[in-house]
Amino acid sequence: MAAKALLQVEGVQTYYGNIRALNGVNVSVNEGEIVALIGANGAGKSTLMMTIFGSPRARAGKITFSGTDITEMPTHEIARMRIAQSPEGRRIFPRMTVMENLQMGASLDNMRHFDEDAEKVFTLFPRLKERIAQRGGTLSGGEQQMLSIGRALMARPKLLLLDEPSLGLAPLIVKQIFDAIRELNKTDGLTVFLVEQNAFGALKLANRGYVMVNGNVTLSGSGAELLANPDVRAAYLEGGRH
Amino acid sequence: MVQAVSTNRVEAGSPFPRAIREALYAGAISFGLFVLLVGLKTDQNIRNELIIVQRWGLLAIFVVLTMIGRFIHVAFVGPALEERKRMKGKAVPVIAAEPSYLRKNLINLSIVGLFLYPVAIVLLFGFQGSLKWVDNFGIQILIYVMLAWGLNIVVGLAGLLDLGYVAFYAVGAYSYALLGTEFGWSFWILLPAAGAMAAFWGVILGFPVLRLRGDYLAIVTLAFGEIIRLVLINWREVTNGSAGISGIPKVSFFGLISFNVSDDNYIAKVFDIAQSGAYYKIFLYYLILLLALLTAFVTIRLRRMPVGRAWEALREDEIACRSLGINTTTTKLTAFATGAMFGGFAGSFFAARQGFVSPESFIFLESAIILAIVVLGGMGSLPGIAVAALVMIGGTEILREMQFLKMIFGPDFTPELYRMLLFGMAMVIVMIWKPRGFVGSREPTAFLHKRKAVAGSFTKEGHG
Repeated sequence: MAAKALLQVEGVQTYYGNIRALNGVNVSVNEGEIVALIGANGAGKSTLMMTIFGSPRARAGKITFSGTDITEMPTHEIARMRIAQSPEGRRIFPRMTVMENLQMGASLDNMRHFDEDAEKVFTLFPRLKERIAQRGGTLSGGEQQMLSIGRALMARPKLLLLDEPSLGLAPLIVKQIFDAIRELNKTDGLTVFLVEQNAFGALKLANRGYVMVNGNVTLSGSGAELLANPDVRAAYLEGGRH
Repeated sequence: MVQAVSTNRVEAGSPFPRAIREALYAGAISFGLFVLLVGLKTDQNIRNELIIVQRWGLLAIFVVLTMIGRFIHVAFVGPALEERKRMKGKAVPVIAAEPSYLRKNLINLSIVGLFLYPVAIVLLFGFQGSLKWVDNFGIQILIYVMLAWGLNIVVGLAGLLDLGYVAFYAVGAYSYALLGTEFGWSFWILLPAAGAMAAFWGVILGFPVLRLRGDYLAIVTLAFGEIIRLVLINWREVTNGSAGISGIPKVSFFGLISFNVSDDNYIAKVFDIAQSGAYYKIFLYYLILLLALLTAFVTIRLRRMPVGRAWEALREDEIACRSLGINTTTTKLTAFATGAMFGGFAGSFFAARQGFVSPESFIFLESAIILAIVVLGGMGSLPGIAVAALVMIGGTEILREMQFLKMIFGPDFTPELYRMLLFGMAMVIVMIWKPRGFVGSREPTAFLHKRKAVAGSFTKEGHG
């Protein structure tokens, strides 16, 4: 394993009641990388994402973030390690305005760099600036996704976790969002770990990728390798519905 | 008459035949509803036997009133509303006019009005005549405004459904009653003490319910309210049980001016004016007004601070909150504690005003009324809640004044017994027309530059 692993997931098992959702998963994300996790519905991708955040908690295994064991930490403490998340289903605050949503994101940073960071989010997603006084719940799906990512960025994260940023969005918006992620990675060196069903887009974007099947990581490699892999092609790219 | 086709069975002509038919239906339904509720009444006669009293006259009045109401609604109100809707659809959108001076300063003006209210009442009715208006209307309504604003922090902002809020009111009231009568401490020391005590119990309640939300939380808080009440009834050595505590000392004006006739610094002696109980009531009115305004001020301030924002975010989405690094445990506990503290303040004021407390005053119905005010007013909206308290509490007080109703319903009619009916009616009406309460929209707390700039860009958007 590379010495510079920012996030290290080792042998993690997660259960929902008696049902095992993760079967000893090993994943590592290095600093400055974009890592994609792809897999079918119910493979356990989102579960892994949530387990990193401590809810549900891993029953076995170990999760470390820049050298600190975060396996048993409460969720909000994990977030304070500067891991930000754009969760599944976006989970923006519907009755609060775009501005207030961004403020909530910045509360981790104690609002110290609020104006500067908000400006950065608005350059990344100009649409949000137009909607600044609008309630989160009245935004379109794509705008909500942008807000969700923007809110996560306000915390000045070292690691950004994205759970299906392309879910339910038009291809053009998906492209916008993927471009933004690439931009963040290139200019700020932001480390991104993303879960996607849109395997083609995600693997093209990512430096490395993992393939998950039934709670196990079955394949890993660079984005290009996985794209070329015949099994991956057969399962996720050709004849796929995406 | 194109769109009428879908709703009505084409009543192109006069609506009267349909109105008469609907009125008859409504009459039949109300007869069925009221025949047991109003028409028959169980009572005890002199020999303590249960007898049935028949009240056909009253029943007939109820049924006839319902029929008239339905007739008017179908024949006149309905068509008028339809007409208005059609006009609205056709009307060119009016360019948003600058709100008038009155509208912009409505809140400031009403606060000034509240400060002038006792003066106006005294000028109108004299000191003796003012008692009823200042006490029954002013103080009574303001207590509920304050309680509802306090509960609003828990329910409206943090989104934690609390059905046992009256427990904190009780804790505050008994704190003042017990410490005031036992040790003779002043109200001004015990007011913060009562608030702290209630906040402490707020945290005690908060801990076990941290993981609960919605219905489950409601049930546990309901039980908590009952536990406090039952403790007050059964812990006789301390609380004197259901007999309550009497002789609770009055509030003084910071020890300078007293409202006890026997004291040397009694207000009438200090200012050399005639004795009257009205001075104390007017003093209490200003006291509760200031306490309520303090509640509002703190709420408005907190909403703009991280903790207040965290409360609102918690109401919106708990999981998102946690992943943004908000400690939901402390957030919930501060919400419970802050809400409970204001309940405690109101409680100690209540004890000082009544001079007597007993568990009777802290029944579940009180919690329900306070919660109803918060919901009807629009969760989170301070002006909406104040209006709701005015309507609900003022409405029930006004019912007492409506003695002329006896001319319609007969001399045995006691209007205030129907206040629950009024409550229910108000709720149904608000839920139909304003499902989010009188003031349903949430006022944002964050603006990029100035408020005006945002409003300006909004109107532009509307035109484009």
